Amino acid sequence: MNDESPIALKSTALVELHKELGAKMVPFAGWNMPIQYSGVMEEHRCVRDSVGMFDVSHMGEIDVKGPGARDYLQNLTTNDVDKMTDGSVLYSLMCYENGGVVDDLLIYRWSQDHYFLCVNASNTEKDFQWASDQVKAFEVEVTDISDRTAQLALQGKNAEALLQPASDVSLDEIGYYHFKEGIVHGFECIISRTGYTGEDGFELYLNSEDAEALARKILDDGKAFGLQPVGLGARDTLRLEMGYALYGNEITANSSPLSAGLGWVIKLGKEGGFIGCEALRLQKEKGFERRLVGVKLETRGVPRSHYRVLKNGEEVGEVTSGAFSPSLNAGIALCYVSTSLAREGEMLDIEVRNKAFPARVVKLPFISSSVKK
Amino acid sequence: METPKDLLYTIEHEWIRIEGKKGVVGVTAFAQDQLGDVVFVELPEVGKKLAEDETFGVIESVKTVSDLYAPAAGTVVAVNKDLETQPELVNSDPYGKGWIIELELSDKTDHLLSPEKYAEQCSNEAN
Repeated sequence: MNDESPIALKSTALVELHKELGAKMVPFAGWNMPIQYSGVMEEHRCVRDSVGMFDVSHMGEIDVKGPGARDYLQNLTTNDVDKMTDGSVLYSLMCYENGGVVDDLLIYRWSQDHYFLCVNASNTEKDFQWASDQVKAFEVEVTDISDRTAQLALQGKNAEALLQPASDVSLDEIGYYHFKEGIVHGFECIISRTGYTGEDGFELYLNSEDAEALARKILDDGKAFGLQPVGLGARDTLRLEMGYALYGNEITANSSPLSAGLGWVIKLGKEGGFIGCEALRLQKEKGFERRLVGVKLETRGVPRSHYRVLKNGEEVGEVTSGAFSPSLNAGIALCYVSTSLAREGEMLDIEVRNKAFPARVVKLPFISSSVKK
Repeated sequence: METPKDLLYTIEHEWIRIEGKKGVVGVTAFAQDQLGDVVFVELPEVGKKLAEDETFGVIESVKTVSDLYAPAAGTVVAVNKDLETQPELVNSDPYGKGWIIELELSDKTDHLLSPEKYAEQCSNEAN
């Protein structure tokens, strides 16, 4: 049986709802997921203009509890968990000793000795194994709570107005990258002001068995706010416009997170270091042959993963993620290019079907973020 | 999915509207639905001679890229320039304003599928 066989695929609690809503379902990271409903462009614009609802229940969640939780996470992840307060969220990485990336993740802090991690669907099993293997002498218990946890993302400027009447907490008191426990339409949720779109909005974590009922209520409420269900297709174009890295594309086990521009979440000076710290410090000293940049096509076309990047006909890099940007009405891509060419304004070519399409290195994000700071 | 009765079809999901020695070519409603939002259509040069089944262009959607094949042999006598700025016409009006090229036919057309045959193929693919 191959991995893409429908029998082997997992379904989220919303699978019947997706079908009712007319979603096109595709295999993604071992899950049967909606790639689109009305169409990628329309869904993308809906999130940028009003609000969209995403089923992201395929994401993995790992609970970390015990008196050693802080020390354990400080060793396991690259960012500094001491910057966190109860109810805050931190973007971070887990690395191997050689500096390659196990995964990127969000760390949620309940208290000094209780956290949970949100990880990529494609990596959940690997991450849980890795996180368990690193427990060693730390006084901590690590539990995979993915199966019982569903996640709905509401993204867009109308998200707060849509959710507030149904919630028992004051949403405007939840700052960006913070969360609170609350009741939404009678269901217990973790309400997190985070997202993967560059828009203001929330990610709701809740028990899987409650997810379908809550999603239906939100869809009903959403009619007045322009809400549409949004699939993985638009999730990808939205995150790409923000220049957000995707595991497997921009960050992998075999590439440097420093050359991906993620130095801001890698605290090399952290007391006691972390797994991969030495390797990353050496990489930084040596410098990088290539760097991740954003490029915008100067003519109409669509760059896609693995297309070659050229300069005067010579190969100088490779596209890691590409798409047609609905906001810019142009092809955009993230690509690794030789460090000497990784500067704003540099003119490169993307090779599309043996033809060179001119592309300019631009500042990231491709469009400005609207998250609530 | 709509399958107009006055057109002939190919298994590659293209349609051709034949009038005399000329034929206008586009992609079907089924094809545009499978492709999703079309964002770019690469058109051939007017005057290009095409063999039956020869690749004459490319259609890019948000999701994927797909070759276009000549339904019959002929010479390109017109291309739909509107698609350069409004490729989404392929989605909104695949049998009308979303036409792609016009051919001066140079050979047989009896291999093309009737609307009934083509509709049958689509229902097989959809299942």
